[in-house]
Amino acid sequence: MKETASIHISMRFLRVWQRNFTVYRQTWKISFLPPLLEPLFYLLAFGVGLSVLVGTIDYGGSEISYTSFIAPALLAINIMNNAFYENMYGSFVRMYYQKTFDAMMATPLSLAEIITGEIVWGATKSVMAATIMLGVISAFGLIQYPEGLLIVPLAFIGGIAFGSMGMVFTGIVPNIELFNLPIFLFITPMFLFSGTFFPVENLPLWAQNLAVLLPLTHLVNLTRSLSLGVFNTSLLTGIVYLIIMCLVLFPLAIHTMHRRLIK
Amino acid sequence: MMKQKHNALNGSGNPVINARNLRKTFGNLIAVDDVSFQVFPGECFGILGPNGAGKTSTIRMTYGFSPMTGGTLEVFNLDITRNARTIKSRIGVCQQENNVDPDLTVQQNLEVFALYFNMPPPEARTQALNLLKFMALDHRKDARATELSGGMMRRLVLARALLNKPDLLILDEPTTGLDPQSRHQVWENLEELQTKGLTILLTTHYMEEASHLCDRLFIMDHGRVLVEGKPLDLIRQHVGRDIIEVVEPSETLRAFMRSWNLKHEDLGHRLIIYVDDGNALYHEISKDHCTGGCIMRMATLEDVFLKLTGRELRE
Repeated sequence: MKETASIHISMRFLRVWQRNFTVYRQTWKISFLPPLLEPLFYLLAFGVGLSVLVGTIDYGGSEISYTSFIAPALLAINIMNNAFYENMYGSFVRMYYQKTFDAMMATPLSLAEIITGEIVWGATKSVMAATIMLGVISAFGLIQYPEGLLIVPLAFIGGIAFGSMGMVFTGIVPNIELFNLPIFLFITPMFLFSGTFFPVENLPLWAQNLAVLLPLTHLVNLTRSLSLGVFNTSLLTGIVYLIIMCLVLFPLAIHTMHRRLIK
Repeated sequence: MMKQKHNALNGSGNPVINARNLRKTFGNLIAVDDVSFQVFPGECFGILGPNGAGKTSTIRMTYGFSPMTGGTLEVFNLDITRNARTIKSRIGVCQQENNVDPDLTVQQNLEVFALYFNMPPPEARTQALNLLKFMALDHRKDARATELSGGMMRRLVLARALLNKPDLLILDEPTTGLDPQSRHQVWENLEELQTKGLTILLTTHYMEEASHLCDRLFIMDHGRVLVEGKPLDLIRQHVGRDIIEVVEPSETLRAFMRSWNLKHEDLGHRLIIYVDDGNALYHEISKDHCTGGCIMRMATLEDVFLKLTGRELRE
């Protein structure tokens, strides 16, 4: 069996998705809490506590409140985190400690289908989290409708992109402790510098150029535009960026997992 | 101890597994080197060998888990390199680890696993409940899989391997780490499956298990097959019928052995003598040479195994 033989992906990947969904349903009440409460905490801390100091922010020529500036960023961060962590820690535990993938590989499922099911599941978690958060944030009147609804399909694309990235790390790290490295070098800087809590334009020019390379910058830009109902050409750049990210990282994730597991 | 099975299907028909010149290398390490074997319908075939002999590598190739480095392998007359998915849908596999799904209950473990075979949920449920009954696990169906004892977990893995009503059951060390009670329970389950005509391929390093279950087997070491045959035949061919063990043998006994040219193994503090009829000899030895204690017993597969693979520790 060469790698190409197992690259054929049938709809059976949904079985792996179903497995994860079955597990999720058992703890859904707890899993629902973070996306429900997290935006509340942030909006309270930043919206009430910090916005007094910050005042308003210039966005696309108009002044907006600090809370409406950061609320869409919280959505983007959650889209990133849900898929990334699910396909990093979650998938790693299933692969390495629980040997769930080994058991699956003795069935008609192919490895590519298993990985696809995992990544689509990660993206599903992003969609669920984004939807719940959208509801909470909407209650504060911070989302423009109907444009805001587009955040739901966007969460899926972002989920596939960041989930594939997490899965690539799962395919290459020797042990679970080393996940700290991509988190420290990659996730944390993105969380802070992707136009999340202050505009990218506030950074020095060299840093702005770096920030444009980061995927979260584009995702934040997209969620913010859709939340505020402001459209411009940078949205197209953003969506193309995320799709290319999917097209590169998804096959790469399957490749690294293949190298790791097929022996 | 040794059980002769009467299976009309033995040795007849197209082989369920036809492996020719299997080879598996990991970098410079040759794990499996030119291994050929056939398993026929209704047969229980065993792969024996010490740790690191290449048993698991061989068996993993036969269920399409690891790609072969060389050789050809047909299961159900289908080439595994091209029909892995079809083959896998018709076999049940019990891997070495108890990789039950810790996030699910016992019953869910089976129902979710049935999904991987595209089994419709109502059928999956019926099948799951039947198998839980067969494996005496129905009273624990709502427990978390991780709450089960080692023996129960093993039976759950076995039940899982039977979900798709396989035509071939592949077991990698099915009873390693189990207590005697659990081991016998698993053997009983496997014997029942055998009488229903299920073809079984298993690896083990328990000789008792092999003589108990296997119609035919081969012993392998360092990636190669040493001997192949029926358990009893192998014992007769390689060690004879009786074994006499003498503790702290004297020099005169050693000289006696040499002068009569008797098949024996000298372990220093222990002398093992292989004979076809040991009564006369045992009488002789126990009369004159039995200073440190001596016994006569029936030869077992373990004697064959140790004779062929040596007594030094592995790993």
